[in-house]
Amino acid sequence: MRVPLSWLAEYVELVPGTTPEDVHAALVKVGLEEEDVHTFELQGPIVVGEVLEFVEEPQTNGKTIRWCRVRVAPDGERAADGGDAVRGIVCGARNFFVGDKVVVTLPGAVLPGPFPIAARKTYGHVSDGMIASARELGLGDEHDGILRLAALGLDAPVGSDAISLLGLDDAAIEINVTPDRGYAFSIRGVAREYAHATGAVFRDPVEQTPATDASADGFSVVIDDRAPLRGKLASNAFATRIVRNLDASKPTPAWMIARLKLAGIRSLSVLVDITNYVMLELGQPIHGYDLDALRGGIVVRRAEQGERFTTLDGKERTLHAEDIVVTDDRGPIGLAGVMGGAETEMGDTTANVLIEAAHWDPVSIARTARRHKLPSEAAKRYERGIDPTIGAVAVARVAQLMVDLAGGTADTGGSLIQTTPARDAIVLPDGFVSRIIGVAYTNDEVHDALAEIGGVLTRVDGGFSVTPPAWRPDLTGREELAEEVARLVGYHRIPSVLPVAPPGRGLTRSQRLRRQTADVLAGSGSTEVLSFPFATESENARFGSADGSPVASVRLANALDQSTPYLRRSLLPGLMAAAKRNRSRGLVDVDLFELGLVFLPEPGRAYGSAELPVGDAKPSDETLAALDAGIPPQPRHLGVLLVGERIAKQPGQPAEPVGIVDALDAVRRVALATGAELEIVQGAHQALHPGRTAELRIGGRVVGFAGELLPALAEEHDLPRVVAVAELDLDAVIAAADPAVEASPTGTFPAATQDLSVLVDVGVPAAEVAAAVREGAGELLEHLGLVDDYRGQGVPAGSKSLTFALRFRAADRTLTAAEASEAKLAGAALAAERTGASIRD
Amino acid sequence: MAASPNPAPGQHDRGSAGRLDSIFVPEPLEITESAVGSAVDAALAAIASAGDSAALKSVRTEHTGEKSTLALLNAELRNVPGDQKAALGKLVGGARGRVNQAFAARESEIVEAEAAAQLAAEAVDVTALPSRVTAGARHPLALLQDRVCDVFTGMGWEIAEGPEVESEWFNFDALNFDADHPARAMQDTFFVDPPEAHLVMRTHTSPVQIRSMLERELPLYVLAPGRVYRTDEFDATHLPVFMQFEGVAVDKGLTMAHLKGTLDHFVKAIFGDEAKIRLRPSFFPFTEPSAELDFWHPTFKGGARWIEWGGCGMMHPNVLKAAGIDPEVYTGFAFGMGVERGLMLRNDVQDMREMVEGDVRFSQQFGMVV
Repeated sequence: MRVPLSWLAEYVELVPGTTPEDVHAALVKVGLEEEDVHTFELQGPIVVGEVLEFVEEPQTNGKTIRWCRVRVAPDGERAADGGDAVRGIVCGARNFFVGDKVVVTLPGAVLPGPFPIAARKTYGHVSDGMIASARELGLGDEHDGILRLAALGLDAPVGSDAISLLGLDDAAIEINVTPDRGYAFSIRGVAREYAHATGAVFRDPVEQTPATDASADGFSVVIDDRAPLRGKLASNAFATRIVRNLDASKPTPAWMIARLKLAGIRSLSVLVDITNYVMLELGQPIHGYDLDALRGGIVVRRAEQGERFTTLDGKERTLHAEDIVVTDDRGPIGLAGVMGGAETEMGDTTANVLIEAAHWDPVSIARTARRHKLPSEAAKRYERGIDPTIGAVAVARVAQLMVDLAGGTADTGGSLIQTTPARDAIVLPDGFVSRIIGVAYTNDEVHDALAEIGGVLTRVDGGFSVTPPAWRPDLTGREELAEEVARLVGYHRIPSVLPVAPPGRGLTRSQRLRRQTADVLAGSGSTEVLSFPFATESENARFGSADGSPVASVRLANALDQSTPYLRRSLLPGLMAAAKRNRSRGLVDVDLFELGLVFLPEPGRAYGSAELPVGDAKPSDETLAALDAGIPPQPRHLGVLLVGERIAKQPGQPAEPVGIVDALDAVRRVALATGAELEIVQGAHQALHPGRTAELRIGGRVVGFAGELLPALAEEHDLPRVVAVAELDLDAVIAAADPAVEASPTGTFPAATQDLSVLVDVGVPAAEVAAAVREGAGELLEHLGLVDDYRGQGVPAGSKSLTFALRFRAADRTLTAAEASEAKLAGAALAAERTGASIRD
Repeated sequence: MAASPNPAPGQHDRGSAGRLDSIFVPEPLEITESAVGSAVDAALAAIASAGDSAALKSVRTEHTGEKSTLALLNAELRNVPGDQKAALGKLVGGARGRVNQAFAARESEIVEAEAAAQLAAEAVDVTALPSRVTAGARHPLALLQDRVCDVFTGMGWEIAEGPEVESEWFNFDALNFDADHPARAMQDTFFVDPPEAHLVMRTHTSPVQIRSMLERELPLYVLAPGRVYRTDEFDATHLPVFMQFEGVAVDKGLTMAHLKGTLDHFVKAIFGDEAKIRLRPSFFPFTEPSAELDFWHPTFKGGARWIEWGGCGMMHPNVLKAAGIDPEVYTGFAFGMGVERGLMLRNDVQDMREMVEGDVRFSQQFGMVV
């Protein structure tokens, strides 16, 4: 809401010299947040001038200019810029006459842009100033010539200040109005709030105009709502008034144009401007009909489903049964509260006007505005709730302005429907406000604050009965009243008291281990990124399934980017995009990880809930369980990606390119950080290199993959051929990890170390041989490490030689070499049995 | 042997003669003072002139080995008459002792010198050495979120989480957003297709309020951090996906003063002891009264000032009722702030886009510390 200060000052006392910043500072205390300040951005001298004479001079470019002599100060005086009282000015417009009063911007003036004015040579003359158009002054959009004061119905002495004459010295504050405060979308509401904030005297504009009386011959209006929405009638307040014999061609006065402009509304014509003006002033939207275009009386009803109506923007709209329409004998003439129709619109030739000030059901209007995508100033006010009791005053105020500004006469009475239900009183027990706010308010403070906002209070047993004012539909309970008291007395009165929570248990195991995982990865050279979780269909198909079986994805109904309407099933595409971005910025060696949710709906399953329980009561356990069951699984994954060199070339250090080894090391760090026993086995994933893919398992369950991207896929994403990646279901890893370690004693007897070399078929994974050796060697084997995998000379084709370093130790004695050898041979024997491995001498 | 020093004049002949004798004239030696003395003199001279551990090793073999004069003299003790055994034994023993002592002393000198020389030879330019670990980094938003969590767990609060694809009931209805409430439209919500299924990307972490109240015992002090979604276009000050943390406390006797006290404590922990809170009236469907919260930022670049950072209020009774909590018995407060804005304010980040682009240079400025 934008509020011109001159307008505000009509209804609340503004101390002279009050700046927009002062007003903002006052209003923020009562909850109207500062947004902006608007001015016309003009700087004088800008004065009233009189055209004394002019010569028309055709130019080679086809234009004809006027070389004018203009008086800009009374005879014998200096002009406002210190120059001559009469001066030569070149003007491109030709819509004026000798003797016209015009607006002259003298050298030194600045117009919005900023566009500084100086004496300058143009078309063979020195133009010592400029004759301004309405558009140049920021007053309107018209550019069909310069502004003639007579056209605005204005006259003023030559040399006087045109800025104040036109109301261009005004400024508007812009405030953010929260959805509960519909009444603050009016000068009336803001003036009242300013009074609350400062204690200044408030004059209610509603009390400045006598309400229109209902008369028997008032215009016929019938509310015929056969399908109230959520039990609410389409309208329970509807006021009309007729003004006749108007001159619609009269100019809108400059002060009104200036105020509307500062409030963000363009001047259109005097009649339309007046309806907008009264809406801004009182918060009551107004509709004006060309009375002569109406056929019969008005009937308000719900639209027929599929009924058609052309709004005044020329668009034909298909109506919904919940829409409210204003009709006359021919059918709909307005979509209530949202937009009127072209046929009954007020125009240049309108002489007789029916003014309507209605109250519409907020929910109906909100739905209609959204359904037809017609947000309007009127709908914005109706949705939030207007004062339903001021229609009769509003139509009177419009009639008064029309008579004043466009001639004509108003009918003495009008028509009035007022079936607004009385507000329910709220019982506010003594001490309730203090109980919520933590300030020991006295009963007087509570009473005075609520009376000041317009509430009517009576004393009841142990408290107050409070009837909220008509303009505050948001005040429906004790808590709302508590806020009003706290707000008016001031939030600064609230003390700061630290509550003592019961002893907590710290982070959960999962939270702790996730944080530890991220710390360990970062500590070993990886950089954490946070990607948007939006994905394409092909990314999810490719990365979201290991074996290429069809997957389901969560799709957004209103994605920002139509190319990525899905939620990711994998973290890898996001990491690839981040790697690509880094590389495009010259950072070619990248080691990234991300922790985040992926979204894994099951194919063929419908999620969500067709019906939602109501909000202000606890649903049954079954209902809650059903809501939860309707939410697709979204586990937390960990993704890792490395590309380029893991170690850069340095003195004495050759470069080490990344590879699957680095992906597996990252996985081992995750195992370390979570305490999980991750098993790495040969695997397959459709996005990964078929020979360089590891499947990651815990207790037989697959929890992820690591390896190198399929080279063709890497190149498709503008990445080098080798990209090491890993992705794990971190929730599953943590859930499967042992929560507590069972320690075994660390033996202190000497260790015996031996090597074991075996020949085995190349197709047998080393891990299988190792597992057999470990099992066969038994509990004396403390540690086993694979130290060599040799193929070539001395090893038969189709075989490989694996060498393990074994460390044996007994808990209770020093092992002999013979005992260690025996254990080793037992290991070798089991390996031979299981994998065909033979000891190599 | 090339490194062997020249023997002193006059000693060379005796030494050589002795050795030649032992090789070519293997006749028994006689233990005399002069024979012992000259053997000792020759040994000491050779020890003194040994320049490195290899030379010293050969000197040792020559002068104390089993073919050395002193060893042969010692062996000769077996043949001396019994009445001279003690005196001659003492003579030879003392001589051998002196030589061994001299040897030990010289050996430690040489070892020390050689160790020093090795260290000197091993010197490197510590500024030109390779590094085998690269610098990694946590994301500063994650680090700041972790810090925020630590402040609250330090007060006994617990950390709760919930799904990002959420039922509209948890995201709106339970939080007192009526189906037609204008606030519901102002949230700029991402809806999951089809919209009739009533699933949304959560627009705030407030649904976790409801989940916590439904799942946990009272009293309840919980912080819910996480990602939230709004259909904002991506620019320097808006992200469609951002991080928020929301606090909720439900207990007997909680007031707005407790809300203010909690927030005061929190901003002091994050922005320093001079930081403090100011509340301004506002509106949120799930709180009544509601407030915008400003905090005094004592170290803001460009000067200390009040800065807006989130919203808060006393929990609306309808929200308590949605979780089956009796608002006549319990009151609660809630607050919510954006982590991105916190990072911008605290660490002078100018453009939010840097937080989501994944450029490693951004996170690496922070490393592991925010």
